Amino acid sequence: MESLNATKPKTRLSNSNILFLIAAVIFVLMYLLAIISFPGSFLQFQTFFDLFNLNAPLIIMTLGLCVVMIVGGIDISIGALCGLVTMACAMLLESQMGSIWGALLLALGIGIAFGLLHGYLIAYLEIQPFIITLAGLFLAQGLLTTLHKDPINVTMPAFVALRDFKIIIPWLGTQNRLGVFIPCQIKPGVIVVVVLVVFFAALMKWSRFGRNVYAVGGNIQSARMLGINVKRTIFFSYVICGLTAGIAGFVFIMTTGAGNIGNGALFEIKAIASNVIGGILLNGGVGNLLGAPIGTLTLLVINELIRAAGVQSNFQAMVSGLLLYLFIVLQSIVMSLRGGRKFRIALPPWLRLPWLKGKKKADY
Amino acid sequence: MQRSEIHLGLKAHLYHLSNLFLPLSVLVLLIVINLIKGADYFSFTMVKGAFYGNIPNILFGASELVILSIGMTLVTAASRGQDIGIGEAATISSAVFVWFVLNAGEVTLLTIVAAFLLSCVVGLVIGVFNGTLVSIFRVQPMVATLILFMGGRSIAFMIDGKLSPILANDISNQIGTVIPGVPIQTPIILTVVFIAIVAVVLKTTNLRLYVESVGINPNAARLMGINPKKIIFLTFLIMGICTAVAGFIAVNKAGRHDSVNLLKFIMMDAILAVAIGGNSLRGGKFSITGSIIGAYTIEILNRTMLRLEIETETIKAFKAVFIIILMVVGSPVVRVFAGKVINRVRTGRFRSVLKRSAPKSVKEE
Repeated sequence: MESLNATKPKTRLSNSNILFLIAAVIFVLMYLLAIISFPGSFLQFQTFFDLFNLNAPLIIMTLGLCVVMIVGGIDISIGALCGLVTMACAMLLESQMGSIWGALLLALGIGIAFGLLHGYLIAYLEIQPFIITLAGLFLAQGLLTTLHKDPINVTMPAFVALRDFKIIIPWLGTQNRLGVFIPCQIKPGVIVVVVLVVFFAALMKWSRFGRNVYAVGGNIQSARMLGINVKRTIFFSYVICGLTAGIAGFVFIMTTGAGNIGNGALFEIKAIASNVIGGILLNGGVGNLLGAPIGTLTLLVINELIRAAGVQSNFQAMVSGLLLYLFIVLQSIVMSLRGGRKFRIALPPWLRLPWLKGKKKADY
Repeated sequence: MQRSEIHLGLKAHLYHLSNLFLPLSVLVLLIVINLIKGADYFSFTMVKGAFYGNIPNILFGASELVILSIGMTLVTAASRGQDIGIGEAATISSAVFVWFVLNAGEVTLLTIVAAFLLSCVVGLVIGVFNGTLVSIFRVQPMVATLILFMGGRSIAFMIDGKLSPILANDISNQIGTVIPGVPIQTPIILTVVFIAIVAVVLKTTNLRLYVESVGINPNAARLMGINPKKIIFLTFLIMGICTAVAGFIAVNKAGRHDSVNLLKFIMMDAILAVAIGGNSLRGGKFSITGSIIGAYTIEILNRTMLRLEIETETIKAFKAVFIIILMVVGSPVVRVFAGKVINRVRTGRFRSVLKRSAPKSVKEE
């Protein structure tokens, strides 16, 4: 019996987990690099919290997009949707009957309405998700500019109090040059992020819906054979994505306190990029939900690093593109080194390394 | 036997037409809306020996979009994904074009041609970059081209060295507008020439067959002796040429190279054109004709909304509603439903007519 236990093979890491592991390691390495190169700023806890404080909407959005990407679809309307929600909330709060709860309900309502529209058209009418969410993007942008063109700064007292509300951690902080202790501050949006990450991770890991999502994304035919309601799964994943975009919009206006046409612009591209960094494949079926926030943080740290390094603003985009390139290639190489048939790099024969060949032969 | 073969050929032809039915009917619908608005829609005027008017302007305005949607169709069909960095790729290649023209001293036709060829080479390099990522590293196309989407405009800015260098010479001006003595605007001629070249290539080579087989099933294509990597790589190279040509036309039209706004977000319209043309975005069979009609449809739609005097703020919302209606009408579920309805009508009312005319082989199927 003992020998049987000893020879028990180790369970191989699944593709989702290996990609997530790569993302997590990269994030830690990036942050260490940042600390080493700029110890003055990145060693402070406040810098770390600010990543969350300022980018809570983006992280929330990536969670919803992650579900859609695992089910094998894509949603490019979320950035514009977030902008529409901020503007609608700002207008409601500035009007006579504005209240914070009303704004929250409005935000959730807009998000769910768009999610229902996308979900119905994509799941039940089998239209291509890219085109439908592109139409959603146009619709949200059009409604946004129709509602109001100029920026609105919300002046409602209750809302301003909510906007300026900060949670202070008294035992964590830094001393400034004068020796005054400044405690760390967290915005309420961060708590929303943490709650949603925990909720979504549990949903994807343990609920029936989460497992259905993985099954449908992996192979739609076999999911149907297993008796999974494919259409309903796709439908609800888009509804969830719309809902998170609505929440993100509310958190956005809770952080900045203003409705603006440019709010949330191009967030969809950032969200897709961070999900890819987090190891969630666009083909569907592969990815760990925790990869979404990790990927976002990696992207943000990269951006902060570039900014701190004093790269000219015109070339920041180029450098981040280059880093994304390196990252994608690294992901591809690591996956191929695992020797899995699915992810082998298709190098032409004259480029193949001899030692690699031998290793692969030994594997099989 | 022969009879059934003829019938099958006819059936395939009809199938091809039914795919083009949706974009064509939309085109007709838009034109009818325009005619209701004002009967002078087709009128055109001669200004300095060239035609201007609604139709020439539509052909003029859509020229880059048509060229890009041709490339997008091929990429979509082979790699089952979309290239979202085409606007940026066009910006980079046209930046090289402008750089060469501005540094060449005296501008002659030869300079322009050399600069254009150079920008085509740059387009090919971009194609190699994207194609390598997609075919060798097996990255999804949308992710691979995301890199260029993020960094492309800064590269173009770096090549320019300053914000929007101006391209002021006679030949560029003529390419962007009209050559004296020719009644049609030059971008239209260039687009027609490009479409003709693509048509000849597709007619004379096996490209269509190979691209479709790779798009339908890469593994099956490999077993049949087609190298899917090479085909995907090739489509990205063609896309590179398309972006170079589109950038060339766009920069000559504008007369200056605005690296921030040149062809911004055109990938959305190009993908939309591919979808309106009845192509699947998941690869496989494709119809370039459909994509071209789709591209013109988008341009007509944009201009129709301006003509109907819809406020600029709401234009996008109207466009979205239009796309959604179009996609719902063209969706597989609705199509199957419509087919059933048509069948029922046929079998009910026209049974006797069909019985007489239908050949026997159809019944055996």
